[in-house]
Amino acid sequence: MLQLLTNANTLLLATEEGGHAAETLSDGGLLASLAWLIPVAPMVAAFVIALYGKRMPYKGWDIAIGVMGFEALYGTALLLAHIANPIAHDFQVEIGKIGSMPIEWGWTVDGLSIMMYFLVGVVGFFVFLYAKGYMEGDIRFTWFFASFTLFAGGMLVLVSAPNMIQLIVGWELVGVSSWLLIGHYWEDHANSSAAIKAMLVNKVADVGLFIGAIMISMSVGSFRFSDILHAVEGGAAAAPLLAQFAFWGGLALFIGAMGKSAQFPFHVWLPDAMAGPTPVSALMHAATMVTAGVYLVGRMFPLYLTDGFATEVRAVIIIIGGLTLFLTGLIALVQDDIKKVLAYSTLSQLGYMTAAMGAGAYTAGLFHLFTHAFFKALLFLGAGSVIHSVHSNNMSDMGGLRKTMPWTYRTFLVGSLALAGIPLFAGFFSKDEILASLNYAVGEFSTADGGSSVATVVLILAISGAFVTAFYMARTVMLTFHGEYKGQAHPHESPKIMWMPLVALAVPSAVIGFMNWPGLTSTFTDVVGARAVRVLDHHATGFDYLMLALGLTAAVAGGLIGMRIWGPDKETQAARDTFRIPILYPLLENKYYIDDLYMDGVVRPIRGPLARAMDWFNGHVLDFIVNGAGLLAMSLGKVVYWFDQRGVDGAIHASGAVTGAGGGMLRLLQTGKVQQYAILIFAATVIMVGGLVIWF
Amino acid sequence: MILGQFIILGAALFSLGVYGVLTRRNAVLVLLSVELMLAAVNVNFVAFDIYARDVMAGGQIFSLFIIAVGAAEVGIGLAIVLLIFRNRQSANVDELDLMKL
Amino acid sequence: MNDWLTHAENWVFILIALPMLIGAWRSVTSRNVVHSVLFLVIALAASAALFLLLGAEFVAWSVVLVYIGAVIVLFLFGIMITRAPLGMETELSHSNQTKIGAALVSGALFALITVTTITGFGDTEIVAKPTRTSEIGQSMFERFVIPFEVISVVLLAALIGGIVLARRDPVEGDEALQ
Repeated sequence: MLQLLTNANTLLLATEEGGHAAETLSDGGLLASLAWLIPVAPMVAAFVIALYGKRMPYKGWDIAIGVMGFEALYGTALLLAHIANPIAHDFQVEIGKIGSMPIEWGWTVDGLSIMMYFLVGVVGFFVFLYAKGYMEGDIRFTWFFASFTLFAGGMLVLVSAPNMIQLIVGWELVGVSSWLLIGHYWEDHANSSAAIKAMLVNKVADVGLFIGAIMISMSVGSFRFSDILHAVEGGAAAAPLLAQFAFWGGLALFIGAMGKSAQFPFHVWLPDAMAGPTPVSALMHAATMVTAGVYLVGRMFPLYLTDGFATEVRAVIIIIGGLTLFLTGLIALVQDDIKKVLAYSTLSQLGYMTAAMGAGAYTAGLFHLFTHAFFKALLFLGAGSVIHSVHSNNMSDMGGLRKTMPWTYRTFLVGSLALAGIPLFAGFFSKDEILASLNYAVGEFSTADGGSSVATVVLILAISGAFVTAFYMARTVMLTFHGEYKGQAHPHESPKIMWMPLVALAVPSAVIGFMNWPGLTSTFTDVVGARAVRVLDHHATGFDYLMLALGLTAAVAGGLIGMRIWGPDKETQAARDTFRIPILYPLLENKYYIDDLYMDGVVRPIRGPLARAMDWFNGHVLDFIVNGAGLLAMSLGKVVYWFDQRGVDGAIHASGAVTGAGGGMLRLLQTGKVQQYAILIFAATVIMVGGLVIWF
Repeated sequence: MILGQFIILGAALFSLGVYGVLTRRNAVLVLLSVELMLAAVNVNFVAFDIYARDVMAGGQIFSLFIIAVGAAEVGIGLAIVLLIFRNRQSANVDELDLMKL
Repeated sequence: MNDWLTHAENWVFILIALPMLIGAWRSVTSRNVVHSVLFLVIALAASAALFLLLGAEFVAWSVVLVYIGAVIVLFLFGIMITRAPLGMETELSHSNQTKIGAALVSGALFALITVTTITGFGDTEIVAKPTRTSEIGQSMFERFVIPFEVISVVLLAALIGGIVLARRDPVEGDEALQ
């Protein structure tokens, strides 16, 4: 499948290797060997905040921001060191065994991990800053930061994992902290239900993760990523067992990734997760946790790209990605809640990343992950700023806020432009790379088994998706910041601690795309490509002008049309408010009825008959056994008691009585009368001496 | 004279003394019986001394010592009996059973 | 036995031994306190005679002097002071049961001593020769001088002890002990 020829339709020059040979990678020195601090520090800090946070001057936020600041600095330092001298460092210690396979704990410091450290650290730092202002006065302020720091720790455990087991541990940690944080306002039952929904949907997908992890690890004989990927590198002939299991294992792993990264049909939890506080949405459900799935695919990338292993799974990946990006983007068009718009937008962008990975574009997918993190976090924080100000999530209560919230408006605008893919903002470069890779995939996938057609469809979906993205972002900006204010509250700009992080995040949203200007810089490619194992990848050495044109046109068109429709023009306003496409709108508003499908098809049957059956079984069968065991133990106890009372105690009493009686009898000797003693003495003497005499 | 006759005599006296010690109720009479025992021992000593034709007359000298000790002992014993009598108005040995369990 | 009886001294021996035994017997069984003491006097006197028979003159007269002269008198004083019931009294000895036990014991003791010693020394002859007092004196102050001194200390201790034990504690207004 891999064609290493130049494609005449494009000016791409496919490079064979995205990975550096192992000899040129450095060990990283002190910076890398201390890298265990990166996942450990937040985990420890989470506990410290939970236990002592209330007594601290800033109620635990000081510890949290300190740790996140440390993470940001360390991540930046590592990134800079890595850019200067690519690092590939791996450290593991054995802490147990399953059968003959060791369970190890350690950390990886290579391109992919460093990128994630930097991301989690920097974005996390600004979100934590923002969160101080957003969560001010919340009754569970300290606990919030404890859970949030725990999440940061879990995410870092996940991305620093050098083996499957640790990855799963980190996976579950972020799942738990997600549940904790989504359900932060648990007084409202709907919020705790949303948290459980996120947890359960992820759990269903985790079945795939576990199965995939087990299949792949056991067929290689080790949980270590380095072992697995080296086995892949060795070729299908050298690792026949792995090659045999690679397809189903890889597919299962991807299913697990689908859960965390909310791909269709596991996407249902993400919009409901907006019930959590906005900083949570910004960090977890935009920048980091949801990217864990894409990260996993990226980590195992050689598996999906090397012939003989899991290359067929890529078709599934690309289809799912394409479906997700388009369908969820459409739903965003009819949402009134600003956070829901952004949620569906996130889903859509995740679809882009997944599609890119499926197309075999390692750099493109990860670069989009990278840029998306910054501007989506920015957008969420901006939305939070607005919500904080007008005390409502709904855009129908907003409008005209650009005058009262200037900084929020400006940064939100930057974020929207980045998301829509307007040059020269960050999103433009990453999205363009994806489109280019998809185009390449069209030519690369074989036409015989329909792979090429699939890729073409996905490409078309992606370009249309660009239109839709720009369209709904324009709508959002118009409804929120332009026109007249329709709500009841008194909007005001947020405090400095909230809008300063917005500005801080706006800067990378604008310029970070320059890291990978096709043909000029390839910093990002170099960063993520530098791993201990070669990662086959296609990276453009110049712009794909066709895709550039198509994408740009779509985006600009979407933006302009959106601005026109939702503009402050009063005539169109009336028409717009009553505009409904008959079948499409209800379908979109009900999210394609998928949630209802799950509810009636899965949840209700389980809750009803199945739960009742289990309850009966539990009460009658299991409890019967348990009670029976208890009764048996009781009767046994009675027997032992009887034996103890009569037998054992009887023996003891008897010995006591005998001793007492003996003593009573012997006591009679001691009359106190000397003559009696004398008689006894004499008698004894006579007997003894007599005995002696007779003897001799 | 054979030695045996003195031995038997001494033994008889001694046994009578023992009988007296064990039987008598009055403390003074007990002491009396003890004196009898000592006298028996004296007989024995002197008899054996003469039999052995001891140059140093050790047996006789020892019986002198026994006499002296016996006298001392009676003195002390009677003093004690006196004290007991003062306390209890009775010299009955049977009543001295404070060591009874 | 017959051979034994031909010697005159053996008759004398019997003559002395009988009173001795009777005296001893009556001493321990008499119901009269004073009689007990007096019977002991007989026994002691007989023992003194025995000593004379054996030629131990010094010892014999010492017995008379010390035992009969002092100790018995002491006994009589003791009896009087403790107000022992003077006269017939059935309470002086124990019950019959005790008597039988005591008799058994003393009988056994007698048998034991006799058997053991007779089997060793029963038939040896004794020749009684008067022992001169000077020999005793010489032996006492040459060989046995230390026991002699010890005995004197013992007597001193007994003396002091007797006084200390028997005196009454001084009471206010008691002029007899001032």
